[in-house]
Amino acid sequence: MEKHVFRLFVAGHSARSDRAIANLRAMCETYLTGRYHLDIVDVSADPAAAEAEKIVATPTLVKERPRPVRRIIGDLSDQQEALRDLDVPPEVPDS
Amino acid sequence: MNQTSNTAAVGKAPTGIPGLDSVARGGLPLGRTTMISGTAGSGKTIFGAQFLLGGIEAGNEPGVLVTCEERPVDLRQNLAGFGWNVADLEARGLLGIVDLSPEPTEQMTAGTFDLEGLLTRITAMVRRLGATRLVIDSLGAMFSQFRESGLVRWELFRIAAALREEGVTTLLTVERDAEYGEVSRYGVEEFVTDNVIVLRNVLEWENRRRTVEILKMRGVEHQKGEFPFTIRPQDGITVIPLASARLTQQSSDTRATSGNSRLDEMCSGGFFRDSVVLVSGATGTGKTLMANEFIAGGLRAGERCLFFGFEESQEQIFRNARGWGIDLETKANEGLSHVTCAYPETMGLEDHLVAMKEHIEAFRPERLVVDSVSALERVATPRAFREFIIALSAFIKERRIMGLYTAATPTLMGGSSVTEAHISTMTDTIILLRYVEADSAVHRALTILKMRGCAHDKDIRRFTVDGSGMHIGDPFRGVEGILEGRPVHVTTGGEGEANP
Repeated sequence: MEKHVFRLFVAGHSARSDRAIANLRAMCETYLTGRYHLDIVDVSADPAAAEAEKIVATPTLVKERPRPVRRIIGDLSDQQEALRDLDVPPEVPDS
Repeated sequence: MNQTSNTAAVGKAPTGIPGLDSVARGGLPLGRTTMISGTAGSGKTIFGAQFLLGGIEAGNEPGVLVTCEERPVDLRQNLAGFGWNVADLEARGLLGIVDLSPEPTEQMTAGTFDLEGLLTRITAMVRRLGATRLVIDSLGAMFSQFRESGLVRWELFRIAAALREEGVTTLLTVERDAEYGEVSRYGVEEFVTDNVIVLRNVLEWENRRRTVEILKMRGVEHQKGEFPFTIRPQDGITVIPLASARLTQQSSDTRATSGNSRLDEMCSGGFFRDSVVLVSGATGTGKTLMANEFIAGGLRAGERCLFFGFEESQEQIFRNARGWGIDLETKANEGLSHVTCAYPETMGLEDHLVAMKEHIEAFRPERLVVDSVSALERVATPRAFREFIIALSAFIKERRIMGLYTAATPTLMGGSSVTEAHISTMTDTIILLRYVEADSAVHRALTILKMRGCAHDKDIRRFTVDGSGMHIGDPFRGVEGILEGRPVHVTTGGEGEANP
């Protein structure tokens, strides 16, 4: 199965940024163990990256793989919605 | 930066938009946020671009343009149409574009968010260029990108506050649904900004009428009301500041010849140097001749003369003048006089005005003729025409140019024209030319109806026209009602007149 490739754009170390990072990591560890790649971009440290990717809202998660490219804005606290949007298979893998 | 404002509390950033800075008493409040509200096509984007260019041209102040609707590539192309080389300014670090145009990528929302990403990009660009001016075009597009309008509104408030910290003078554009009513579609104006400017684009009597109004400018002096403006393909917006120009008029006691010695006598020594004369009469009574004599008189005195013709071609004007023994063409070739002709219908009155001002600035005449203003009246509403006359008259008076306008009356035998009624208060001298039926023949009559600031001949005099021009003769005696176009013979049995 194709690896999921994510870039998460956050703004500084705000509570909202931390929440988004934690939510995404938890999701990935639960549903995509070993099958994902995640880059975290702090736009306040790297505005050029934000400009290149045309980031307006933060946090913004860009799912680059699998196609189609999709953006999810928000701190991912709505996990069900996030999973659907990210094309993560809904079934919990047997552990 | 120009210190054009006399209010100490808030400085002003000159917009560079011709005419607007006098309406706004110097420009937009320095370091503050101003909102520009208008319907689609009202000129908001051009306004914003001109504001940025104004800063660059006046003082090499870099500016940042945040485009939320148009893609940068489209924007560069559209503004190139106004002769602005956006790519070059970007390369020189004078203009930065932050691209917020909609992405084709699917976007979902999961959880709460803020617009810190946007603020970061804007402040990064502002700091990189050392920008002092910022335009966000438009807020509405921001709202359409996100469903959470309450959140967006709050975030924009926060961004506006943060930008104030950056010290930039900010312009936000926002859409409105109707020309009158709610200032904006999103109810952001109350708390996003202290300063609101409204652009309108109203269809009035089959004419587009664009106006700009400063709705509020907190703590800062500005002019109230709507001011017409035009958008021209070569240079964008020009505002016509009516009232502001009128305040600075001087008046002069210096006289100059009308071009006709008898008429000079009737005016006790000629027209005033910085006055505007209206010559009104039916077709063929001799208005254009009087205008030509006025020009010829100027040329004899070595003055530069400018003739705006709206009824005839340049060839016709030269030919007419030759018929009265006036050689306009040679003088034009010598560069002393200039004849400019245009069909009134080719453009709106505001555009005519801007074009005429340019001619005047370029040629720097000492006297000027508009033949006729009534031809221009055809293409405008009464209000627009009135504003045109005020603006033109104020403009030429400021430059101490002597002006003569001709106006055609609709009926042959007299009566007042619409034009006269509209502009008589704005002209200093009014001369009426009339046909008079007397002794079974048609005569021509001339009278000075008013002349501001001096005594003048009150008689209604006969005049004739031949190959050497206009010859003013004796007063009519024993005829009344000439001006109303219904002459009645009165027999008084002598020279005594009933009316002094």
